[in-house]
Amino acid sequence: MSKVEKTLYTIIVHSENFAGLLNQVTAVFTRRQINIESLNVSASSIKGVHKYTITVWTDRDTIGKVTKQISKKIDVLQAHYFTDDEIYQHEIALYKLSTPVLEEKPEASKVIRRYNARIVEVNPVFAIVEKNGMSEDITGLYEELRDMGCVLQFVRSGRVTITTSCFERVNEYLADREAKYREKKGKSVG
Amino acid sequence: MKDNITGAEALMRSLEHEGAKTIFGYPGGSIMPVFDALYDHQEKINHILVRHEQGASHAAQGFARVSGEVGVCLVTSGPGATNTITGIADAMIDSTPIVVIAGQVATGFLGTDAFQEVDLVGITQPISKWSYQIRRAEDVAWAVARAFYIARSGRPGPVVLDFAKDAQTEKTDYEPVEVDYIRSYVPTPEMDMKEVRQAAELINAAERPMLLVGQGVELGSAQEELRAFIEKAQIPAACTLLGLSALPTEHPLNKGMLGMHGNLGPNVNTNKCDVLIAVGMRFDDRVTGKLATYAKQAKIVHFDIDPAEIDKNVKADVAVLGNCKETLAAVTQLVNPATHREWLDSFQTYEEVEEEKVIRPELHPAGNSLSMGEVVRVVSEATNHEGVLVTDVGQNQMIAARYFKYSKNRSMVTSGGLGTMGFCLPAAIGATFGSPERTVCAFMGDGGLQMCIQELGTIMEQKSPVKIIVLNNNYLGNVRQWQAMFFKHRYSFTPMLNPDYMKIASAYDIPSRRIMSRDELKTAVDEMLATDGPFLLEACVEEEGNVLPMIPPGGSVNQMLLEC
Repeated sequence: MSKVEKTLYTIIVHSENFAGLLNQVTAVFTRRQINIESLNVSASSIKGVHKYTITVWTDRDTIGKVTKQISKKIDVLQAHYFTDDEIYQHEIALYKLSTPVLEEKPEASKVIRRYNARIVEVNPVFAIVEKNGMSEDITGLYEELRDMGCVLQFVRSGRVTITTSCFERVNEYLADREAKYREKKGKSVG
Repeated sequence: MKDNITGAEALMRSLEHEGAKTIFGYPGGSIMPVFDALYDHQEKINHILVRHEQGASHAAQGFARVSGEVGVCLVTSGPGATNTITGIADAMIDSTPIVVIAGQVATGFLGTDAFQEVDLVGITQPISKWSYQIRRAEDVAWAVARAFYIARSGRPGPVVLDFAKDAQTEKTDYEPVEVDYIRSYVPTPEMDMKEVRQAAELINAAERPMLLVGQGVELGSAQEELRAFIEKAQIPAACTLLGLSALPTEHPLNKGMLGMHGNLGPNVNTNKCDVLIAVGMRFDDRVTGKLATYAKQAKIVHFDIDPAEIDKNVKADVAVLGNCKETLAAVTQLVNPATHREWLDSFQTYEEVEEEKVIRPELHPAGNSLSMGEVVRVVSEATNHEGVLVTDVGQNQMIAARYFKYSKNRSMVTSGGLGTMGFCLPAAIGATFGSPERTVCAFMGDGGLQMCIQELGTIMEQKSPVKIIVLNNNYLGNVRQWQAMFFKHRYSFTPMLNPDYMKIASAYDIPSRRIMSRDELKTAVDEMLATDGPFLLEACVEEEGNVLPMIPPGGSVNQMLLEC
């Protein structure tokens, strides 16, 4: 088989808040042995609706099929996939750095400033740096600090994203579904 | 006025409310309160005691497939529940509406590795349409209503209800619940007339259109709409294994079966048509063979109810979403009457070749041994081609599918997607309950019969009129055929020592007959059909008989082998 170009896709899923839903969503990836790069689950702006933000490296063909198979789950309201130019995304990362190494290498502080990160805690043993931003900046800062040999620990959150289109589509979708159902009911009654 | 009743009693009333009259089950510790409630509902709910829970799940499938209603099974927790897994997975891949209700340990024990505890919801989520744990009696009515709605609506499928024991005994106020709407679930996508028009344009422009009939036509009860459509535009049609009875075998536009052991004409012409119209089928690999060479010359029009099927295996040029009963009717309005005379005639050459090389030798063998095909054809004829065919998996399945003839809807019950050996016997029991007025002919091999042979006990007890036809070749025949063709005749664990099936039948009080030769065939089949109730006919067939023609694994549809 020829090698297919892989892209980082972000899938945004809205679902009912039922136990086991996360399992159902991730099982779609497991079945195809696709690794999830990052996963963020939280309540959405709509009451009782959960939002999943999942990133995976895969190809165009597969992402389409996977997204449809997630949408198909009974309690999933919607699933859509996006490339990075269709979303605004943000991550948070924490870097635990060795204070003695930091003191030795003043250029480390310059790097931290250049990346717009902030130092949130310092003691004689370690310092904690916090960075909000795009995934690639977070990786960039990590790589530079790592090369200076001062990183003791590094942790990053999954992505939070917002689509660049104007509306939260789930709201419209739900309103549309309710309206159609009421119309159908009305017809069958009247 | 609401009644204050137990969760178990609420389950009984909910089942009655959903119209479930027949259920297949097996009692056990964690479902005892439900079985106790069932004791008082036997007049309305006919519970069939199977001999193994796998049998219950397949019986529910057989029931659903012939009747179009939801099949129900009722089992206990732990092993009772896991024994239904094969049936659930089978129902999922073959879109069969069943509801499996399993007991579960009391909520206080959940997660503690209690006796007969298994995470059924976790296990069944990937192989069911919906899986839900009932933890409170007050949820019963809602969960059952939702389960039936999900199982039967849209693309049907299996639903699992995992019923905690304390919720079975807890008291609740009961009121029947209707579910006909779930905001996150669109069972049938709305028909889009733009798509229908695009489909009609392609079809009207076609010189060599061909239609593939899938089980979706049966599930959508669109058999008449399908006929009207193909007759108006004179489009040759071919059926998938599960779609075989959606169009009568003798219909002049029915060009036969698709796929690995299908007919030569439709397979070869798949790669010659200019527009390929797929209706309610999912381009399974057993139908398409090698995808890279499948119908590349054709524009693809795909009618389906499930958006996830579009572009899954074969990219569609036009996809028409919706219930095919509606979409086929709409497209029929827009297509022009046509004749396609030359194209229709092109199937005949292949029919003649297949007749001479494959069909005639199978139905009228030169040797003395019985062939599988002649047994199937004699049974089909003796039922005036009006019987329900239930098959197991393997050579018996392919030969039965090929040589049985279909004149009525919902006449084909087989495990297509999962290919479950052992499916036939319990599914046939279910079919006798789902369609009591029809003759149920159950073809199986000596291997498959023994995979669920315990259900002979159910047949004995229920006197289910299953006509069991064992095509005995003393081999696991399909694997043996592949070993002969692709593994240098190395028959690794395919020869099988069989028990005396006449003694087994007799132990279960089932009338039986064994035949070895052609001159006994007709009288034995007549005897079988004339017998009230069950009958076991063992046909000792050619030991190394092969199923032909064949698209070799990984081969293209237009490269069928006619001999091996």
